[in-house]
Amino acid sequence: MPGTTAPPTAPLITARGLTKRFGSFTAVDAIDFEVAPGESFGFLGPNGAGKTSTMRMIGCVSPLSAGEIRILGLDPARDGPAIRSRLGVVPQEDTLDTDLSVRDNLVIYGRYFGLSRAESARRADDLLEFAQLSERAKDKVDPLSGGMKRRLTIARALINEPSIMLLDEPTTGLDPQARHLLWERLYRLKQRGVTLVLTTHYMDEAEQLCDRLVVMDKARIVAEGSPLELIERYSSREVTELRFPVGVQETLGDRLDGIGDRIDRLPDRVLVYSDDGEAVSAAVRARGLLPQTVLVRRSSLEDVFLRLTGRALVD
Amino acid sequence: MASVPAPFPRPRPIDAYRAAYEHQVLLYLRNWRGSVFGNFAQPVLFLLAMGVGLGSYVDRGGTNATDGVPYLQFLAPALLVSTVMQGAAAEGTFPVLSGFHWVKRYHAMYATPLTARAIAFGQLAWTITHTLLVAVIFALMICLFGAAATPGIVWSVPIGVLTGIAFSAPISAFMTTQRDTNAWNNIWRFGITPLFLFSGTFFPIDRLPELIRPLAWVLPLWHGVDLARALALGTAGQAPLLHAAHLVILLAMAGVGVWAMFVRFRRRLDG
Repeated sequence: MPGTTAPPTAPLITARGLTKRFGSFTAVDAIDFEVAPGESFGFLGPNGAGKTSTMRMIGCVSPLSAGEIRILGLDPARDGPAIRSRLGVVPQEDTLDTDLSVRDNLVIYGRYFGLSRAESARRADDLLEFAQLSERAKDKVDPLSGGMKRRLTIARALINEPSIMLLDEPTTGLDPQARHLLWERLYRLKQRGVTLVLTTHYMDEAEQLCDRLVVMDKARIVAEGSPLELIERYSSREVTELRFPVGVQETLGDRLDGIGDRIDRLPDRVLVYSDDGEAVSAAVRARGLLPQTVLVRRSSLEDVFLRLTGRALVD
Repeated sequence: MASVPAPFPRPRPIDAYRAAYEHQVLLYLRNWRGSVFGNFAQPVLFLLAMGVGLGSYVDRGGTNATDGVPYLQFLAPALLVSTVMQGAAAEGTFPVLSGFHWVKRYHAMYATPLTARAIAFGQLAWTITHTLLVAVIFALMICLFGAAATPGIVWSVPIGVLTGIAFSAPISAFMTTQRDTNAWNNIWRFGITPLFLFSGTFFPIDRLPELIRPLAWVLPLWHGVDLARALALGTAGQAPLLHAAHLVILLAMAGVGVWAMFVRFRRRLDG
C-alpha cells in the first residue's frame, strides 16, 4: 500500500494510556493497543463501552484527555490533517450529503483530499462499480436503502486510497442480506491489504472480519486476541444451550452441577460449556432432566463476553 | 521543530480552503432553481408594493419627510440592505444547523484533511458569494424601476454584503450551540423582523419614539441602511463623521462575528 510510513513490521497505530474524558465522565480509560499494517483489528463491546470515542481519537477529530497515540508515526495533535489525508472514515451515522447526487458525493469528497476534478471523477466511477451503485450514480442519496447508503459511505471513504480504514459499527441497523454484501466488500478490501479498524457489537461480525480484537467494557479493554484465541482462553469448544419449560429452571437447584466445565444461568436458558456438547446433553438426560430444547453449538465471542463481564453483549 | 517525516504528500491548506468553498458552490449549482426566482421576485414585489404603491401616497402628502427625494428612491437602497441582511441571516442559520446536525456535512468534511478553519471559511465565503449575488440582482431591479437617485446606488451592494456578514457570522457562531431552530425562531420573530421594520428602512429613525431610538444604534442594520441611503442619494458628505462611524461599526461587528464563528466551529468539531 502506498502511504505506510514505517517498515512493515512497525505498527500503523500505537496507543498508550489513551484516555478520553467528558467532564467527570471517563469514556475511555487509559487503554493500550497496537494495529499492524494489513491487519483487521476490532473493538468489540456493548453500547457505551467507549468504542466510538476511541475511534474518534484515532480519526484525529477528538483531542486526547491523556495518554498518547501515534498514527502512521505521527501525532494527531500536531499532524491531524496529514494523518486524516491517509484515513478512510466510515462513521456510525451516515454523513452523506443528501442535497447532492450519489456521484457528486464521491467527487466532492475526492476534492477534499486535493485530487484533481478529473482524477476524483475517475475514482468515483471505479468506486461506484465496487460499491455496486453505478446505476444509482445520478440519483439523490435519500431514496437509497440503508445498505446502499453504507456502501456509498464506504466507497466515499476509499476515494483517497487510504492506508487505514476506520469503520464504526459498519453494519448496525442493516438487514442480514445487506450485512453479508457489506462484509463481502470489506473482505475484498482486506485481501487487497487495506488495514481495517472497526468497532462492532455483533460477535458474528467480529468473527467474520477481525484478525485480532480487543473486548471493551466500561471504558477499558478486558481482553485481547484473535477470535479463536479468545474463545479458547475464555470459553470452551462447544456450548450446550438448555431451555426448560417455564418455571422449571428455577427448581433445578444443584441438579446440573458437575456437568461440563462451567455453567452460566441466564434468565431464559442455561449454558453449559464443554469440549463435547453432545456428551453434555446425554448427561443431562441421564439425570432425568427434560429440557424443552437442547442446542449444541460452537462457542462464540458472545460467550467470551459473557464470561468476561457477566453480561450479554446485545440485550 | 523536528517532525516525523511522512513519505506521503502533505495536504496543502489552499486545497482545503478551496474544496470547502467548492462544496458550497456545488450545492448551489445543483439546487439553484429553488431560490433564484425569489431573488428576482422579492425586490420586484417590495419595490412595487412599498416604493410605487405606498410611495405615491407618501409623495402626495407633500410633507417632505424623505429629504426631498421621491419615496421610491429614498426606500430602494435601504430595502436592498435590509433584504440582503435577512437573506444572509438565514444563510448563517440553516446551512450551519444542517452542517452540524441534519446532514452532518461538516463532520464528513472534518474526517478529511480539511481543518475547522477551512470548513468555516467555506461557509463564510459562500455566504458572501450568495449575498453578493442577491445584492447585485436587487440593484439591477432598482435600476429597472428607475429607483436609483444617483450612480451611488452601486455602493448599496458592498454595504449590503458587509451588513449581511455583520449579521450572518455571529448568528452562525450562535447556531453552533443549537440543536434545533427553536431559539432561532425567537431571534427571527423578536429580532430580525422588528429590525427590518424599525431600522430606518421605511421611515427615518428620528420618527421612532425617543426611548427605543438607541436600539437602532446598537444593532447594525440601521448603520448599513443609513450609509447605503446617504451614498445612493449623494448626501453622505453632509455628515462625514456619522457615515464613517457607520462603516467602522459595521466592520467591527463583522470582524468580531467572523472571529467568533471560526472559534465556535473549531470547538464544535473537536468534540
